Amino acid sequence: MIRGTIAVAEELCKGCELCIGSCPQESIGLSEKINIKGYRFVMLVQENCTGCTNCALVCPEAAITVYRQKKTPVKREPALAEA
Amino acid sequence: MNQKKEPPRLMKGNEALAEAALRAGLQAYFGYPITPQSEILEYLTEHGAKRGAVVLQAESELAAINMVYGAAGAGARAMTSSSSPGISLMQEGLSYMTSAQLPCLVVNVSRGGPGLGTIQPAQSDYFQATKGGGHGDYHLIVLAPSSVQEMADFVFDAFRLSEKYRNPAMILADGALGQMMEKVSLPAEGSLPPGDKPWATVGKPASRERNIITSLFIEPERMEEVNLHLQKKYHEIQQEVRYEEIETNDAEILLVAFGLAARIAQKAVELAREKGIKAGLLRPITLYPFPSQIISSLSRKVISFLVVEMNAGQMVEDVRLAVAGGRPVAFKGRMGGMIPSPEEVLEEIESIAESYRIPAV
Amino acid sequence: MEVVTTTNGMELVYQKPSTLTDTPFHYCPGCGHGVVHKLLMEVVEEMGIQEQTIGIAPVGCSVFAYNYMNVDMQEAAHGRAAAVATGVKRVFPDKYVFSYQGDGDLAAIGTGETIHTANRGENILVVFINNAIYGMTGGQMAPTTLLGMVTSTTPFGRQQAVMGFPLKITDLIAQLPGAYYVTRQAVHTTNAVRKTKKALRLALEYQPRKKGICFVEVVSNCPSGWKMTPVEANAWMEKNMFPMYPLGDLKVPQ
Repeated sequence: MIRGTIAVAEELCKGCELCIGSCPQESIGLSEKINIKGYRFVMLVQENCTGCTNCALVCPEAAITVYRQKKTPVKREPALAEA
Repeated sequence: MNQKKEPPRLMKGNEALAEAALRAGLQAYFGYPITPQSEILEYLTEHGAKRGAVVLQAESELAAINMVYGAAGAGARAMTSSSSPGISLMQEGLSYMTSAQLPCLVVNVSRGGPGLGTIQPAQSDYFQATKGGGHGDYHLIVLAPSSVQEMADFVFDAFRLSEKYRNPAMILADGALGQMMEKVSLPAEGSLPPGDKPWATVGKPASRERNIITSLFIEPERMEEVNLHLQKKYHEIQQEVRYEEIETNDAEILLVAFGLAARIAQKAVELAREKGIKAGLLRPITLYPFPSQIISSLSRKVISFLVVEMNAGQMVEDVRLAVAGGRPVAFKGRMGGMIPSPEEVLEEIESIAESYRIPAV
Repeated sequence: MEVVTTTNGMELVYQKPSTLTDTPFHYCPGCGHGVVHKLLMEVVEEMGIQEQTIGIAPVGCSVFAYNYMNVDMQEAAHGRAAAVATGVKRVFPDKYVFSYQGDGDLAAIGTGETIHTANRGENILVVFINNAIYGMTGGQMAPTTLLGMVTSTTPFGRQQAVMGFPLKITDLIAQLPGAYYVTRQAVHTTNAVRKTKKALRLALEYQPRKKGICFVEVVSNCPSGWKMTPVEANAWMEKNMFPMYPLGDLKVPQ
C-alpha cells in the first residue's frame, strides 16, 4: 500500500469540507481547533493517506501540499505479475 | 512644439489629424463611425497598418475606449476619436484611465446636441470635456484647435502631454474643423519618440514584480492617496496653459472665444476696429488648464468682456470665475449647431460699446 | 515541481503553483473561483509562459484576481474585459492574453463585448465562471440564473414572464466562426478539476495558432449566494445547473 501524507496550510483553510468528501480513504477531517479567521481547518484524522492528491485538486484555497512514498525499485517476478 | 514642417498642402481637418497621429508615432487606434469624424477612422484603416499602427473598428464607442485602455496599459501610444454622443459613451472609460493613470488621446469632433442632436458643429461639450464628464475628481488635458493646421499640430502636443503626465488628453474640435479643408504643413515623422513605460503590462519578467493597471483602490486611505496624487498632477499641469492674444494690449472690449468661435470673434474684432472700437480677442488654446491668470490680469485693463461660444454659455462661467466680478462679462452664443456670424458678434460689441458710451475714436 | 523529499523519505507530488502569489484568496469557503485561479496559474507555470502572459480581471467576485495571479494584469471596467483584452492582444499579438470573467460581467453588461470579441476571432482565452448569481454585490440575479431560482432580486424565484430565460451565452459563442475552442467544464470533483485543467491547457496551447477565441466556461458554485454549504452547493449544482448547462465540449478544432 503506497503511503502518503498531506500538509495543510491551516491559516488558509476555510473549513469548506470539499476535500473531506474527495478523499477515497476518508483520511481527512475537521480539526477541533480554529484558525485566526475562525474557521475549523482540516487535518489528517487517519494515517491511511495514499498521497493521491484528490484533496489538493479540489481545494479552493490551494492550501494542501501532498507527499507520496517514493516508489522503491523492487526486484519483481516476471512482468506478468505486474497489475 | 515646433517640429520641422513640410511645405503646405490642402487637407481636410479629420484627415490632417489622422495623418499627424501616424507621424506622431501612433501605435493603436480603436474607433467607431459617427458623423462628423468618420474620416479619422477611415483614414487610419487605410494607412495605419502599413505605418505600424494597429487599427480596429470596435462594436461601439464603449468597446473602443476600453480597447484604448488595454492598449495604453500595455504601453502603446493609443488613441480614439468620436463625436459628442460617442464621447458620452466613453466617459466611464476616461474616468478609469485617469485613475489608472493611462496616457491616451481622445478626439471629440463635437456636434450639436443634446441627444442625438445634429451633425453640425457645436461647442456644447465644453463642460463635459473640462469639468470631467465621468465620475470622480479628474480632468482631461484639453486642447482646442481652431484651424486644420492646429488639428495636426495638437496631436503631437496631446500625445506628449498625456504621456508626460500619464493622463488622457483630449482634442476638442468640432464638425466644421473636421470637415473643412485648409492649407496645412504637416509636422515631420518621428519627431515624438516613444517614451519609456516601465509600468506597462508587457508580461512579467522574473526580474520584477508584476505590473498591475487598475483604478480599483478599495481602502479609502489608498484611494485618497491616489486622489492626492492626481490633484498634485493637475496642479503641475497648470504650467502647460496656452492661449493666443490678438490685439489685447489696448483692447477695451475683450472677446474670449476658442476653436471655431475664435475665428468668428477674430473677424468681429477686425470689423469693430474698423469702426474705431478697441476690441481684442483672448483665445484659450488649452481649455484645461484654463488660462484664468491672463484673463484676470487683462481684466484690469478692459472695460468689458464678451464671451462668444457655440453653446448656451459654458466657458463663460470660467471667464467669470477668472474675472471674479471685477468686470462685466457678457455672452453671445448660438446653439444647436448654428454658427454665429461675425456681424452678429459685431452687433454685441457695438451694443456693449454703446452702453458704456465708449467714444469711437 | 522540484522534488522535495520530506523527513520520512516521501516525495512531493503536489503543491501550490509559484504563479499564485502568497496573498490568501478572499473568496467565500468552497467557492470555485479559487480552484480555477489555481488551475489557470498551474497551466501558466507548467507551460513556462508567466513572462508572456497578460491577464484581464473583471468586475465581480474576481475583481481582485490580480492580487492572486502573479502575472502582469489589468483591471477592466465592468463588462469590458474582453475589449481591454483585445486592446492588449492587438498590441502584443504573440503574447498570451486571457480575460477572466463572471456571468454578470460577461453575459449581462458585457454581452456586446463578449460576442464581438468572439466574432472577431480574437486570439485570446476567455475564462467564464458561471455561478448563476452576482456574488460580489450580495447574490442578485444573473443572466444565467435558473428559472425558479431564488436570488436577492428574484425573491420569489426567477419568473420567465418577468425576467426572461437563463442565457446560454456559451452556446451562442460556439455558433460563431471566430470561436476556435469552446467548452463547458466544472471544478466540483477531482475528475472535473482534471478536465478543466486540461481544457485551460489546451486553450492556451491553441492561442499561438491564431485560429480564434478559446472560451472555457466553468459552471461553478456560490455557497454564500445560494445560501448552502459548499458540499450542498456542489450537489445542488449537479442536480440543477448541469441540466441547463451540460458539461462538455461545444466546439473543438477540426
